[in-house]
Amino acid sequence: MSAEQSPLLELDAVSAGYGPVQALSAVSIRVMPGEIVTLIGANGAGKSTLLMTICGDPKPRSGRVLLAGTDIAGLPTHAIMRQGLAQSPEGRRVFPRMTIRENLLMGAETLAEGGDRSAQLDQVFTLFPRLRERLAQRAGTLSGGEQQMLAIGRALMSRPRLLLLDEPSLGLAPLVVRQIFGAIRDLNGKTGLTVLLVEQNANLALRLAHRGYVLVNGRIAMEGTGAELLARPEVRDAYLGGGAPLPPPLPADGPNPA
Amino acid sequence: MIPAAALRDAGLAALVALGLFAPLVGLRTDVSPTGGLFLRTRWADVAIVCGIVFLGRLVLSLWLGQRGLRPSTGPGPWTARLERAGAFVAPVLLGLAVVLPFIPGIGRYELDIGILVLTYVMLGWGLNIVVGLAGLLDLGYVAFYAIGAYSYALLAQYFGLSFWVCLPLAGILAAFWGVLLGFPVLRLRGDYLAIVTLAFGEIIRVVLINWVGLTGGPNGIGGIPRPSFFGLPFSMEGGPGTFAGFFGLEPSPTHRVIFLYYLILGLALLTNWVTIRLRRQPLGRAWEALREDEIACRALGINVTTTKLSAFALGAMFGGFAGAFFATRQAFVSPESFTFIESAIILAIVVLGGLGSQVGVAIAALVMIGGFELFRDLDEWRMLVFGGAMVAIMVLRPRGLVGTRTPTVALGKKRAISGDLVSEGHG
Ligand SMILES: Nc1ncnc2c1ncn2[C@@H]1O[C@H](COP(=O)(O)OP(=O)(O)OP(=O)(O)O)[C@@H](O)[C@H]1O
Ligand SMILES: [Mg+2]
Repeated sequence: MSAEQSPLLELDAVSAGYGPVQALSAVSIRVMPGEIVTLIGANGAGKSTLLMTICGDPKPRSGRVLLAGTDIAGLPTHAIMRQGLAQSPEGRRVFPRMTIRENLLMGAETLAEGGDRSAQLDQVFTLFPRLRERLAQRAGTLSGGEQQMLAIGRALMSRPRLLLLDEPSLGLAPLVVRQIFGAIRDLNGKTGLTVLLVEQNANLALRLAHRGYVLVNGRIAMEGTGAELLARPEVRDAYLGGGAPLPPPLPADGPNPA
Repeated sequence: MIPAAALRDAGLAALVALGLFAPLVGLRTDVSPTGGLFLRTRWADVAIVCGIVFLGRLVLSLWLGQRGLRPSTGPGPWTARLERAGAFVAPVLLGLAVVLPFIPGIGRYELDIGILVLTYVMLGWGLNIVVGLAGLLDLGYVAFYAIGAYSYALLAQYFGLSFWVCLPLAGILAAFWGVLLGFPVLRLRGDYLAIVTLAFGEIIRVVLINWVGLTGGPNGIGGIPRPSFFGLPFSMEGGPGTFAGFFGLEPSPTHRVIFLYYLILGLALLTNWVTIRLRRQPLGRAWEALREDEIACRALGINVTTTKLSAFALGAMFGGFAGAFFATRQAFVSPESFTFIESAIILAIVVLGGLGSQVGVAIAALVMIGGFELFRDLDEWRMLVFGGAMVAIMVLRPRGLVGTRTPTVALGKKRAISGDLVSEGHG
């Protein structure tokens, strides 16, 4: 990640929104090749909107979205998704009545003609062996964690250069979250996959990521390496349960972390 | 259920029945001898109907106990049995359909019903692409049936083209209109889509009625040429140039009926074959994915526009084929044949068949259209039987007769899950 390297993804003063709602205001971020970059922020800060805007749905109102130097902001979504990026959207969104195999194959739609689907399948199964055992099962009958694995696996089927992950820890038990984060780290370490990760679980995300951005009300409020952000008192206060109003303590006499 | 509660329950049901049937059955306008209208009351009939409802409900709640009527979509014995049966129901049905004309005792009337049923099987399979696979609720499917029928009628009338030339043209024209309808409704979903397609169906019909110069308006178009056996006409005279003459058969009017029967069987099987083939290909998978989750489809780089349009176009094309067949069979078309009730019946076949199931659609068409003919003697009452049967099926099997879907791609043993294990995909 030397400074002279050019970013794989760069958002340059991007604004976006829905009708009268302005969800993003002049957001600028960069993601270098091989990096894991995380985006944290409160509910409604615009994190999902940011990922969706990169994919062209909604389209940016102003600003540029550069993928490896070319502006993709004007392209239709299906064309953007053919430029080597893939998204695992918020809430998993697997196809419930289709089998695991069908779900995964749907992810390979944008794989170039003649691309090796079975090699891609194998790669996904190495990462998430549990999916292999359940190939012919309906996705809707998988557990939440398995569905998340499927959603990530489906996104990986297109051999992306850049993987966009929206809250992969949503609703999962801590153990499963660690499994999934471990898989992301593996992917990044072994294949050099670049990842832009949106998370509510700021603690884990900042530990995993090389760098992070904090989004507040549609604007970038802070940026830095994972360790830097973790050390910032504002971040601790707002996103790590530091000084935030805590729920009333349980009957036991635990010390107040504040 | 304890008797007192059952009585109260039955009383309530009877009250509802009274509210419904008092105006529907109790009051009737008749023409008096002097020519004016007068209101005839039929309170005795109302009392009988309410009594039947009361007793029926009472028996039902006492008999079924506290459990009441429970819908079954789960993998109960009924589903398991259906699944096991499903494996050989399709081949048996197909075999029966193929040999039907040669079964002793099958006469012209039965063949005509067979042709009718197969027409609806084909329409059901065509609409199934749009509604069952792609999840786009289309209430105006009959429009494409009409376009196909009028395409053949007009092309034959004005240009003297034969059935075999017009059949593909009718399909292409219908597909073209399918795309044309598809464009404005691309952004619509669910109820909005339903309303616009409903309007489209009516617009086509109204245009057919009012464009008298081209379509003959309400009088329709007659004298549409009958199909030939690949160039050999069916003629009662016999002779070397005709079907009977060529094959050295005794000329008989049944030949044409049998031919029409096999023609529609072939067309229906073509629809089925194309659908099954496509389901294993990326396009068919994309339709199903679209039905399940449109946003996820976008995120995966599926071109939602072309995927939807292709479903509309393909569904419409098969509707158009069926329409051309209808025209050549009847030798006459008029807008009356293409009312909303046709769309509703075809949709009912698809829904009752269990959205997406090919065998289910065939069985539903057989039951509905065949049953409708069977109860012909009941006159208007058959509408009641028909409605009652539909309510019963939807109460007992809310996901349709065959409410499971076999995976289109499976490794090793295929496993089917019942519909209620997963949430309904909304388009
Ligand atoms: N489809 C939409 N139509 C209108 N407004 C929307 C839409 N999607 C999001 N918004 C609005 O845009 C803003 C940002 O939403 P977004 O989903 O990007 O937040 P988020 O940071 O992902 O929140 P969360 O952590 O809860 O997922 C919110 O105010 C939201 O109400
Ligand atoms: Mg979000």
